[in-house]
Amino acid sequence: MSSADAPAPEATAVEPEAEPTDDIRSGLLATLELELGEAIVESHLKPGIGLWVRVTTEAWNDAAVAARDKLGCTFFDFLSGIDWMPSPFGRYEVADIDTEVSLAEKVAAARAADRISGYAGGDTRFQVFARVVNVTAHHDVVLKCDVPEDTLTVPTWSRTYAGSNWHEREACEMFGIRFDGHPDLRKLYLPGEFEGHPLRKDFPLLSRVVKPWPGIVDVEPMPGEVAADGDAAEEEVDG
Amino acid sequence: MTLTQRDELRAYAHHATDARVNVELETEGMTLNIGPQHPATHGTLRIVAKLDGEQVIAAEPITGYMHRGYEKLVEVRTWPQINTLVNRIDWVGSFSNEVPFILACEQLMEIEAPPRARAIRTILFELARIANLVLFAGDMALQLGAQTAAMYAFRDREYVLNLLESASGGRFHPNFDRIGGLKDDLPKGWIDDTRAALVKIREFCDEMDLLVTGNEIFEARTRGVGIIPADVALSYGLSGANLRASGIDWDLRRDGGISGLAYDDVDWKVWTHPDGDCFARYWVRLQEIREAAHITEQLLDKLPAGPIMAKVPRIVKVPAGEAYVETENPLGAMGFYVISAGDLGPFRVKIRTPSFNNISVASWVMRGVYVPDIVTILASLYFILGDIDR
Amino acid sequence: MRVFAELSYWQQTTLRSVGVLLAVLLPAGAFVQLFLFKLVSFMHNRLGPNEAGPKGSLQLLAEVGKSLQKEDIVPEKADRVLFKMAPYLVVASVLLVYAAVPFGPDAWFTNLDVGIFYILAVSSISVIGILIAGWASANKYSLLGGLRAAGQLIAYELPMVLAVVGVVIQAGTLNLQGIVGAQANGEIFGFGGLGNPFVLTQFIGLAVFMIAMQAELTQTPFDMPVAESELVAGYMTEYSGLRFLLFFIGEFASAGAFAAVAATLFLGGWYLPGLSLTADYMNVVGPLVLFGKMLVLGFIVFWVRFTFPRLREDQLQRFAWTVLIPISLLNILATATLKVVF
Repeated sequence: MSSADAPAPEATAVEPEAEPTDDIRSGLLATLELELGEAIVESHLKPGIGLWVRVTTEAWNDAAVAARDKLGCTFFDFLSGIDWMPSPFGRYEVADIDTEVSLAEKVAAARAADRISGYAGGDTRFQVFARVVNVTAHHDVVLKCDVPEDTLTVPTWSRTYAGSNWHEREACEMFGIRFDGHPDLRKLYLPGEFEGHPLRKDFPLLSRVVKPWPGIVDVEPMPGEVAADGDAAEEEVDG
Repeated sequence: MTLTQRDELRAYAHHATDARVNVELETEGMTLNIGPQHPATHGTLRIVAKLDGEQVIAAEPITGYMHRGYEKLVEVRTWPQINTLVNRIDWVGSFSNEVPFILACEQLMEIEAPPRARAIRTILFELARIANLVLFAGDMALQLGAQTAAMYAFRDREYVLNLLESASGGRFHPNFDRIGGLKDDLPKGWIDDTRAALVKIREFCDEMDLLVTGNEIFEARTRGVGIIPADVALSYGLSGANLRASGIDWDLRRDGGISGLAYDDVDWKVWTHPDGDCFARYWVRLQEIREAAHITEQLLDKLPAGPIMAKVPRIVKVPAGEAYVETENPLGAMGFYVISAGDLGPFRVKIRTPSFNNISVASWVMRGVYVPDIVTILASLYFILGDIDR
Repeated sequence: MRVFAELSYWQQTTLRSVGVLLAVLLPAGAFVQLFLFKLVSFMHNRLGPNEAGPKGSLQLLAEVGKSLQKEDIVPEKADRVLFKMAPYLVVASVLLVYAAVPFGPDAWFTNLDVGIFYILAVSSISVIGILIAGWASANKYSLLGGLRAAGQLIAYELPMVLAVVGVVIQAGTLNLQGIVGAQANGEIFGFGGLGNPFVLTQFIGLAVFMIAMQAELTQTPFDMPVAESELVAGYMTEYSGLRFLLFFIGEFASAGAFAAVAATLFLGGWYLPGLSLTADYMNVVGPLVLFGKMLVLGFIVFWVRFTFPRLREDQLQRFAWTVLIPISLLNILATATLKVVF
């Protein structure tokens, strides 16, 4: 994540050659800044590509209202969460079964490791992000906000955009992020008694843990090669 | 990891699969449980409808019977491997699933597919749309009881599937799009075959007009049923034909500013309908089949020569950053929010599927309708289950 | 038929029973094989059954055999007695209808003076069977289907009766033999060569009758009680094996029965212009003529079925009460007026 902490004007300046201006998106940003003021923590503008705005947790719903009413972004696209913790298990390249390090240790190590953050930065492990679009003027904005580590709660959007109801339910079950004021935070996909939040990085992908898969190897060995490579095959069966 | 831990995890995984069967059902008044196995849900969607006689007091779609956790699975795969996975999201118009993901990767890598690849991509995209929407037209009629139209749909979809098969090898899951271009060039004679197939598709549309569109019963069943006003549609994030049927002129093929597809090179029209009812949604989609055939024909006429693959490193590493690309899929706006940490695979991918938003409006629009209208509304909102559950 | 009259009572009874069974099963089988298997495949542009026997002609037997082999499942919470009884009620009503249909000058099972009245009465018994099936299945879809069927059949019984009234006025009798005779001996503006099949004068009656018949048979566009995309076969949802087969036979046999009644009322029944009305050979030719006419009407029924989408329950009721019934009342008025005038 390049120049993650760079504020908007700098991010624009960082863009290489080719006139890094985008009047429409700068205008959008200016409007939002006017409306939200201090609530905007950071923003990132990629000319011709997109605008990312991070707001404070408290102003999360205000940002939605501002985007809807001031920017005309009446179309609700999506809302979801991100877990910025690096995955404790990598891509499960190694057969996890046979290593000495337990899952818990790996998770602890990953928690301690440096977190990255995306466009418009971020201070917490979890972030909520959403995109809204203006379908007449054809512009859009991606809004982000940090999720406080202690409460894991952000204000709901479901009164601003009706469609965010399901998206918030999904984010809640997948990341464990609570949405304050949401009418009905039941699980959407997962069964009622399901424990854990699958899209968190420390939630192991069980199928890969139980049966390691050489996912990083792109090419399957031909039948002949398998016979020649008998040792590896045997090890896998063993695992 | 010790043996007991492994057993624990196995038990956990087992428990997880078992537990999804038991979702508590409220029983208050007459509750009709439509699905998860029901002809109208073509898949495993469940609608819990509270009825007063034949009138629906409240209806709620319940999803998750086919949730495959793609957002988690893509995190352990490399960039090229994900293509196979996203193919399975909307399985009726598979090729169109690949495109937004590939485009998002291309945006981050700052490469662009050569013109020929872009044109072929667009052609296949439109063919996938035809395959998808032809089935919709047939299914819509079938849900209303007209069986013949459904059979015609299956018959004529075959022409398109054959084309996709001869181009890519896969009838349902082409897996043909690559970062920076396409897997292969088109086979010999494909262009003529496509032209012939498009004639059949046009005939199908005319047939549907004769058989279904003007039919009084069909109109009585669909006109004025399941009206979704524009502001509701926007607020729920309805997209594609569902949005255009509510009178909003918004098509990502034209308005999305997507550079990896060749829509700007051709002359076509976005169809809208002011009514916002089931008939409007059906009608808009039927016009879109014709429009897709029109677009494809123009692209075939001026298919540029040249390579089909840009210079892409053998082992794909996408630079760190975030990209969101949304394309106008047969079902609506489908987008991939790709977050890369500069690795062999993505850090996180948020898959925005059209059916998810489209079906979330169901409980709003089904209030007060009759039981048969549930079927009409579901059919006209048009969802593919894999596209809701991912 | 003199021969028949000389037989002892039990022999007559046996022959009659066999006859009724034949009358029920033959048209039902023919409708299934011809229309449900072949015609629909042709219309749908697909192959249809073509493996069993030459050109799939034995498919029907295969289907029957398949159904007979299947387990007869009764749902746990179902009302067992009623659940098991319902299919027989439905089939019984069809058998009763055939009892009053004449097939030739002497080929009839009973020659009731109020034949058409009797037929309209017994044909609605099947509603009770369907309602029982829907209720006893302990299934919400079945219940909805059964109730829809009841509402629909009651609503369409009325236009059907009213459509028949025109014929009765014109023929001056309720006896079906009498109606056939009236058509055979009728004259069109003094020309008696063709007789006067009531389709020519009572075409509105025929149209109303056919529509009402479509609804009574729960065929598309009036197939809400079984609507497979909503109610998953409605009242038949829980049935399997023999009992499902009985429903199935009931459906197609009553299609045949109604077609026979409609043919008798409007198309001249077993009589064909040029043939004798009283000769003995008509007892053999008559049934064939009637069967031919039934096929024509059956074709229309299934043609409509495979072409149209289905209505909604409220639209169906509105159609019956606001369109069909007024039309048939006007038809009666016109018929009566003209009857008096001429």
